[in-house]
Amino acid sequence: MQDAAIAVNGLTKRFPGVSAVDGLSFAVRAGEIFGLVGPDGAGKTTTLRILAGILAPDAGTANIAGTDVIRLPERAKHALSYMPQRFGLYEDLTVEENIRFYSDLFGVKRAEREARGTELLRAAGMLEFRKRLAANLSGGMKQKLGLVCALIHRPKVILLDEPTTGVDPVSRRDFWRILYELLAEGVAILTSTAYLDEAERCHRVALLHQGRMLFCDTPANLKTRMRKNVVSVASTNPRLIRMHLERAQGISSLVMSGDGVHIVVDDAATRIPQFTAQLTAEGVAFESIVQVPPTIEDLFVDAVESKGAARG
Amino acid sequence: MPWRARGRRVAEATPNTADNSVLLEGLVKRFGKFTAVDGISLTVRRGEVFGFLGPNGAGKSTTIRMLCGLLRPTAGRAVVAGYDVARDPEAVRQHIGYMSQRFSLYNDLKVMENLRLFAGLYSVPQRVLRERMDWALAMANLEGKEDLITGTLPGGWKQRLALGCAVLHKPPILFLDEPTSGVDPIARRQFWDLIHAMAAEGVTVFVTTHYMEEAEYCNRLSLIYRGRMVALGTPSELKRDGMHGELLLVDCTPLGPALELLQSAPAVLDAAIFGSALHLVVEDAASAIPLLKQYLAANNVDVQRMERIHPTLEDVFVSLTTGHGAAEEHKA
Repeated sequence: MQDAAIAVNGLTKRFPGVSAVDGLSFAVRAGEIFGLVGPDGAGKTTTLRILAGILAPDAGTANIAGTDVIRLPERAKHALSYMPQRFGLYEDLTVEENIRFYSDLFGVKRAEREARGTELLRAAGMLEFRKRLAANLSGGMKQKLGLVCALIHRPKVILLDEPTTGVDPVSRRDFWRILYELLAEGVAILTSTAYLDEAERCHRVALLHQGRMLFCDTPANLKTRMRKNVVSVASTNPRLIRMHLERAQGISSLVMSGDGVHIVVDDAATRIPQFTAQLTAEGVAFESIVQVPPTIEDLFVDAVESKGAARG
Repeated sequence: MPWRARGRRVAEATPNTADNSVLLEGLVKRFGKFTAVDGISLTVRRGEVFGFLGPNGAGKSTTIRMLCGLLRPTAGRAVVAGYDVARDPEAVRQHIGYMSQRFSLYNDLKVMENLRLFAGLYSVPQRVLRERMDWALAMANLEGKEDLITGTLPGGWKQRLALGCAVLHKPPILFLDEPTSGVDPIARRQFWDLIHAMAAEGVTVFVTTHYMEEAEYCNRLSLIYRGRMVALGTPSELKRDGMHGELLLVDCTPLGPALELLQSAPAVLDAAIFGSALHLVVEDAASAIPLLKQYLAANNVDVQRMERIHPTLEDVFVSLTTGHGAAEEHKA
């Protein structure tokens, strides 16, 4: 892919006893935000560290803005910015001093630093905190300051490792707004998350499990890959619903939530009347029973469980 | 009663206490001039899985620290498992379990050694020690794994071990802080099944989290903002009634200019990019849709799709803690 800002091919990294990354291939275009989505241990951090030029793979290639990261890591580093899970902020420096520190590190000129720093702090909603010590910022603010520092030199490619972990939804939204603004400038963003609902915010996602790619597509297309249907039963007593429906026909999984039961079935049109009749006959009250669109989590669980079943 | 009560019970103070395991009445905590918790009243029933949500700095952790008997309230009162947190913090601490996402398991110890260590910390009596540890192992589905080094366990197993450690003393109330952050969805579902099974046996579970995926597992949720409770209800109730305005999904091109146009459109309360589409908050979807379609078309934006969608808990959360919703709550 000629115009790919990030191109990964057959990437493999083994650690003693485990394949952290196992033959991973994908490409990210300029102006695109691509998500590596999966639980802890799926290979997200390893992939990002290889792309950042700080870990050598056992096999495969990785290119950033046309530069081979594995052979020329120093050159690739000019084009990219990597924000690890724990970004190195200096707690005893103020917000402004941290920005100055990273500007110097990246060789950003003073005038540019002022303009860019102000613009980024405004987008982060942090202009009034310029003089505050980094140590006294909330978790969400620290993450946003990390992002500001990582963006001060206008990188072409941004690698973010679980940037919103521990960040509340309001700060998380600010964070995503900044990312979307960067896309308009033609930046390519690769971000990882353990939260499957965050995948919805990416243009395309790779669902990872144990170092391998389960799926790679847009969030909307991913959901159409789920052949099974999802039925949601609302009830104040989800346990009771589960007890009664657990052994019903056509169910492949049944999960209780706080105020209902989420059931994956072969065919909703057949099962909804069947479940309704059964619950009514057994005298179990419920508020509603409807088909709902599958979530990315449904797809993930279904893919992992059917693989497990195939192997076992 | 399986638990030995050492403190003074205040059960007689309120009717219904048998069913209420956590009770907050006008709870206030001030630090100097700053009011961190500003009059929260709340009842959590026995066996309920209750979620406590709020942005950083909303007063969530301060409330939890008071409920755990670690911080004395400035005014109001809180009763946990029948003990007043201000008068009997020691008794409160003996009747609760606590598990954090950053749980404090010792990675270089074996599974069994971690259990033994926590049993010691919680003063589990010697004569029931074996039975409790076996029970915790079975509950956590870790039988046969006693001699594995904790650090080598998969995330989901560690989580269940941490839970086992937190309940060795059979506390009637369990506090969980982002308990399933980062574990895979299958392990997370198993974990919450366990939690619901404990709740069915009468354990009250108090969950704090930033993650709406966890919040969905709670029977009821309360949202705390600037020290006050701004919403209370089941996840479905909050999704149905909690949001100020209605949510629209807009697929259109070009996206950037459309966002700018919509941000200043009169009917639009809020507009933001969401993936490759836009999310808008409007007062009334039915009347806004035709107006906005017309407005975008007149400005050379091609609209492929504009429809009302159901808000997620996160949409509700953001709506109640920013902009219109929040301003409204503050006047009230």
